[in-house]
Amino acid sequence: MSELFVPGTFTPAPGRGRLGRMLLAQAGTETRLALRNGEQVLLTLLIPVVLLVGLSVLRVVPLPEPRVNSVVPSVLALAVMSTAFTSQAIALGFDRRYGVIRRLAATALPRWLLVAGRLAAVLAVVVVQLVILGVVAALLGWRPDAAGLGWALLMVLLGCAAFGALGILLGGTLRAEIVLAVANLVWFVLLLGGGIVIPLDQLPAGVAAVAGALPSGALAEGLRAPLVAGSAPGIGPVLVLVAWAVVAGGVAVKAVRLR
Amino acid sequence: MQIPPSARSGEAAPDPAAPVRDGAADTAVSVRGLVKRFGATTAVAGLDLTLRRGTVLALLGPNGAGKTTTIEVCTGFQRADEGEVRVLGLDPAGAPDALRARIGIMPQGGGAYPGVKAGEMLRLVAACAANPLDPAWLIDVLGLSGATRTPYKRLSGGQQQRLALACAVVGRPEVVVLDEPTAGMDPQARRVVWELVSALRRDGVAVLLTTHLMEEAEALADEVVIVDHGRVVAAGSPTELTAGGDEQELRFRARTGMDVEALSAALPAGYRAAETVAGRYVVRGRIDPHVLSAITGWCAGQGALADDVQVARRSLEDVFLDLTGRELRS
Repeated sequence: MSELFVPGTFTPAPGRGRLGRMLLAQAGTETRLALRNGEQVLLTLLIPVVLLVGLSVLRVVPLPEPRVNSVVPSVLALAVMSTAFTSQAIALGFDRRYGVIRRLAATALPRWLLVAGRLAAVLAVVVVQLVILGVVAALLGWRPDAAGLGWALLMVLLGCAAFGALGILLGGTLRAEIVLAVANLVWFVLLLGGGIVIPLDQLPAGVAAVAGALPSGALAEGLRAPLVAGSAPGIGPVLVLVAWAVVAGGVAVKAVRLR
Repeated sequence: MQIPPSARSGEAAPDPAAPVRDGAADTAVSVRGLVKRFGATTAVAGLDLTLRRGTVLALLGPNGAGKTTTIEVCTGFQRADEGEVRVLGLDPAGAPDALRARIGIMPQGGGAYPGVKAGEMLRLVAACAANPLDPAWLIDVLGLSGATRTPYKRLSGGQQQRLALACAVVGRPEVVVLDEPTAGMDPQARRVVWELVSALRRDGVAVLLTTHLMEEAEALADEVVIVDHGRVVAAGSPTELTAGGDEQELRFRARTGMDVEALSAALPAGYRAAETVAGRYVVRGRIDPHVLSAITGWCAGQGALADDVQVARRSLEDVFLDLTGRELRS
C-alpha cells in the first residue's frame, strides 16, 4: 500500500531546532507577511510617505522652516505607531483567529521566543520604514543633527516597546473584527489629536495635556528635541513611554489568549 | 516518487521490524482517571487510555464527547483537574516545551498565518525541529504542490487540513497527535492521510487521533476507545469491539409470521432468531456454511424462500448505538 512513504521515512528523530534559527524563521516569515500585505503597507509606508511629502511641501499646518525638519519627527512617530500598534494588533487578532499562535505554540518554539519573534518582526519593519522615510526626507532637504540621532533611535525603541505592548494587548484579547475597528480608530484619533501631526504646543491646552500623557504625544515630542534641536529628549516623554510599556506589557502577560 | 529525506540523512535507522514491545519504555501515552471540568460542565469524567509506540489509538465519539479536551490535556494546552497524564514520561502541563520538542500536534482545524503560503508555513515549523523532513517533499507528497502560491486563508478546508498534518509530522516526532485529521477532506485526500498514518505506525511512531468516522477508526487503529459524555464506554481492537467474540448475524427476508422459536430450536445451541420487522429476520451467532444451510433448509421446510440473505459483522456504528443508544453522527 505504502509506495508513497518508504520504510524509515518517519523513524523518530525529534528535538528542538536551534534558537537563533527559530527566531530568524519566525521573524522573517512575519516580516515578509507584513511587507506584502497591501493594507498594512498602506498604513506603515504609504501614508507616512504621503504625509512626509505633503506636510513638507504644502503649507497646511504652520511650521518653522525648513518645514521637513519639523515633519520628520511627526512622521517617524506615526510610522512607529502604525507598525508596532495598529498593524501588529490587527495581524495578531487575525493570526489568533486562524490558529497560528496555537500552531506555533504546538511546536518546540518556547513561549518567550514566540513573543520575541513577533517583536523582532516589528523592529524589522520599523527599520525598513526608517530607511525609506529617511531617504525621502533627505531628498526633501532634511539634514538631521548627528548629535540627536542616537537619542532619536532610543525614542524609536521606547515607542516600539510602548506601542508594541499596547498592540499585543489589544490584538491578543479581542475578536479580530473588533481589533480591526479599534486599532484603526485609535490610529486615526491619535494621528490628529494625539500630538503627532499637530505638535502639542499647537493643540488646545486641555487636549495637549492629555496628548502629552499618551504614547503618541510622548513619542512625537521625544523625537522633536533630538531631531530638530539635536538635544536630549525631556525626561517626561521617556517616562510616559516606559510607563505605557510596563503597564500594557504587564496586563498583556496575564490577559493575552492564544486564540 | 522522490527519495524521502530520511533516506538521505545517513543515520542508522532502527529496524522497525524489531521494536521493543514490553515495559514502560514502550508506553508513549498513559492517561489514568483524567477529569477535566469547564465551570459546571464536566468535559472528561474519569478517562483511561494507554498508547504504545508503533501503534495507533483512535478516540471515537460524537461531538462533545470529550475527545478534543483529552487531546488538549495530553499536549499541555489544558491542565487536568484530576488524574495522571504522562506523555513520553513527561507531565504535559508541567513541561510543555520539553514535550513539544518530541511530539507532533495537529490541532483541530489546523492553524497558520492567514496570508502565508503552504511551503512558507511548513518551512517555519520545520525550522523549529532539530532533524526535520524536507518540507518541499512533504508538500509534494501530500498533494499541495498545486497550491504553493495560494495564501492559507484561500486554501480549501481539505488543503488546510493536509498542511496541518504536514506540520504535525515534519519534525519527525515520537508521538503524533491528530485531532480530526480528515475532517473536510475528499476521499482521495483521506486515503493519502490514512496511508501516512499507516507509515507512521510502521516506522515506530505512536499515533493518537480523534475521529467520528467509523471507517477511519476501523481502518487505522490498533485500539479504539469509544468515548461518550467524557467516559470510556468501550475499548479494544476494532475486531474485538465489532466481533463480540464470534458474534455475527445473518439477515434475510421471507414471509411474515414464521415461528422464530422453532427456527432457533432447529439451530445449534446459542443461536437466536428474531423477526425484526414484519418479513425481516435476523439470526445471531457464528454464521458458517452449515448454519446457513440449516437456516435456508428450515425456511424451505416452512414453504418459504429465504431471500436477500446477508451475513454481516457488527460495525463500530452498531457497537456505539448498542452502548449509548445514540447515533454516532448526531
